[in-house]
Amino acid sequence: MLLNPKIYLPDVELLPTRNGYGEGLVELGEQDPRIFVLTGDLAESTRAHLFQKKFPERFVECGVAEQNMMGVAAGLGLSGKIAFVSSYGVFSPGRNWDQFRVSVCYSNANVKVAGAHTGISVGPDGATHQALEDIAITRVLPGLTVIVPCDYFETKKATIALGKMIGPAYFRFSREKTPIITTEKTPFKIGQHLVLRQGKDATIAACGPLVYEALIAAEQLAEQKIDVEVINCHTLKPFDEKTLITSVKKTGCCVTVEEHQIIGGLHGAVCETLGQNFPVPVEAIGMPNSFGESGEPQELLKKYGMTTSDVIKAVKKVLKRK
Amino acid sequence: MTIKQLEQKANAIREDIIRALVKAKSGHSAGPLGMADVFTALYFHILKVDPKRPDWKERDRVVLSNAHICPVLYASLAHRGFCSLLAFKNTLRKFGSPFQGHSNNHFNLGIETCGGPLGQGLSQAIGMALAGRLDQATWQVYALLSDGELDEGQTWEAIMMAGKEKLHNLTAIVDRNNIQIDGFTENIMPLEPLADKWRAFNWHVIEINGHNMREIIDALNEAKTIFEQPTVIIAHTIPGKGVDFMERKFEWHGKPPNEEEAKLALQELKVIGQKLKN
Repeated sequence: MLLNPKIYLPDVELLPTRNGYGEGLVELGEQDPRIFVLTGDLAESTRAHLFQKKFPERFVECGVAEQNMMGVAAGLGLSGKIAFVSSYGVFSPGRNWDQFRVSVCYSNANVKVAGAHTGISVGPDGATHQALEDIAITRVLPGLTVIVPCDYFETKKATIALGKMIGPAYFRFSREKTPIITTEKTPFKIGQHLVLRQGKDATIAACGPLVYEALIAAEQLAEQKIDVEVINCHTLKPFDEKTLITSVKKTGCCVTVEEHQIIGGLHGAVCETLGQNFPVPVEAIGMPNSFGESGEPQELLKKYGMTTSDVIKAVKKVLKRK
Repeated sequence: MTIKQLEQKANAIREDIIRALVKAKSGHSAGPLGMADVFTALYFHILKVDPKRPDWKERDRVVLSNAHICPVLYASLAHRGFCSLLAFKNTLRKFGSPFQGHSNNHFNLGIETCGGPLGQGLSQAIGMALAGRLDQATWQVYALLSDGELDEGQTWEAIMMAGKEKLHNLTAIVDRNNIQIDGFTENIMPLEPLADKWRAFNWHVIEINGHNMREIIDALNEAKTIFEQPTVIIAHTIPGKGVDFMERKFEWHGKPPNEEEAKLALQELKVIGQKLKN
């Protein structure tokens, strides 16, 4: 079963994706003595503290010093360890991108960077703390794996899969409780999109917790006889071009949905792929070239056009452009 | 090797740095010449390394943070048998060469990390030292830094953390040559009192003449005996050491000698070499 049976029900369960990270780390730590976890004074809110409690000797508190933290992780990764760097996306890879580029990626160090509190739904903390550029700045780094899990289960699976993968990676979580979209048994493979709902009229390529909005939009559009395919594009890099192209060849159009700047994120990856292989009309749901602001997540998602009704409008618009 | 033999080796390394730089037609002269004695002491007396097994698990780790002085690292590795000396002299900075403009770890030459953007090496070295400590390994980590790169905030983050972690298996060596690209360090961004700064961050500090082979070796051995703190060796060096017209001139930070200058430099180094023999 791909989807949570309660996905379309009003009482769908909610959990923060970051919980999947903390629990995944503990599981990895039990399986593999090479796992190290680092944080920059954010152990609890990234959920790295779950690992800290069980494996204090392999937990490294770096203080509020993200540049050094990334370098220390690189040194660990180059010494046969597997280092998970836990901070907020705005600080890591925001603050320490150069260290990520040179000490980790160019050196090919076995380091996994976990960016918590990403997206506009970080809410009241305001623009400085809402990572909306992290996918763009990581997706350009050669050889880096970039993952945006959609819910708690997928985050846990991604954490474990990345612990077993050799090489550098970036993955991101959100702060708020978000709907459980998948199940414990839903398959997860790095670099392989998952078609969560079949359809023939339009493709929605989504990533992160907004996959839920995409599915709800598809359900509502079905009532209007519009048959939408929804793809969970959890791996932004390496990007599964085949699944996307196969879908778009059938539907002839695409809407991208992400909690990130429209520039450089999933929309970028989709348009690069389709532009080079199978050009079709594409509409974008995401942050429209703007910084965020304080507010409740739902207020912000509404203002910046990332709700279910925005997705529905975008699908209708892209259908007209076919 | 005896002290005298080490001094001769350092001079031979300086000669090969000049030979490589003149062919490369770009690169840095002052730093590599200034650090030739320290690198010689490391690679020919102190380090536990095996040229036949660059990735030997028990090896000591060297992290070159100011990777623009890589000609001295390449020359030392070549003299130690990790790679071809001829290839270094002929292909430094050339297309397809493992001897890249800034050192990296892609070619299994015994180079641990990639460097270039300043200030990153000490953090990498801390990660290695933490890994070694958890494994109760006997190998040491040596982080080589320039004085100019201490302007970088990341360096001080790293200095603070190594002090916190009491990483006794970590030794930093600062090339205190008082120059950086735009001028003298004390004019660009004053570092003094440098030793006091490291002490205040809970490091064991040793200051030496970075051209006195005995002092270099004594300091590196002393560092191994300190168990409660990381050690920093502040090596006072002369940028461009051994070549009169380059010495102490920040203008030679980032350029290579031309054919004529290289000839003069090699003549000077030859004279020094002959004096060392007698």
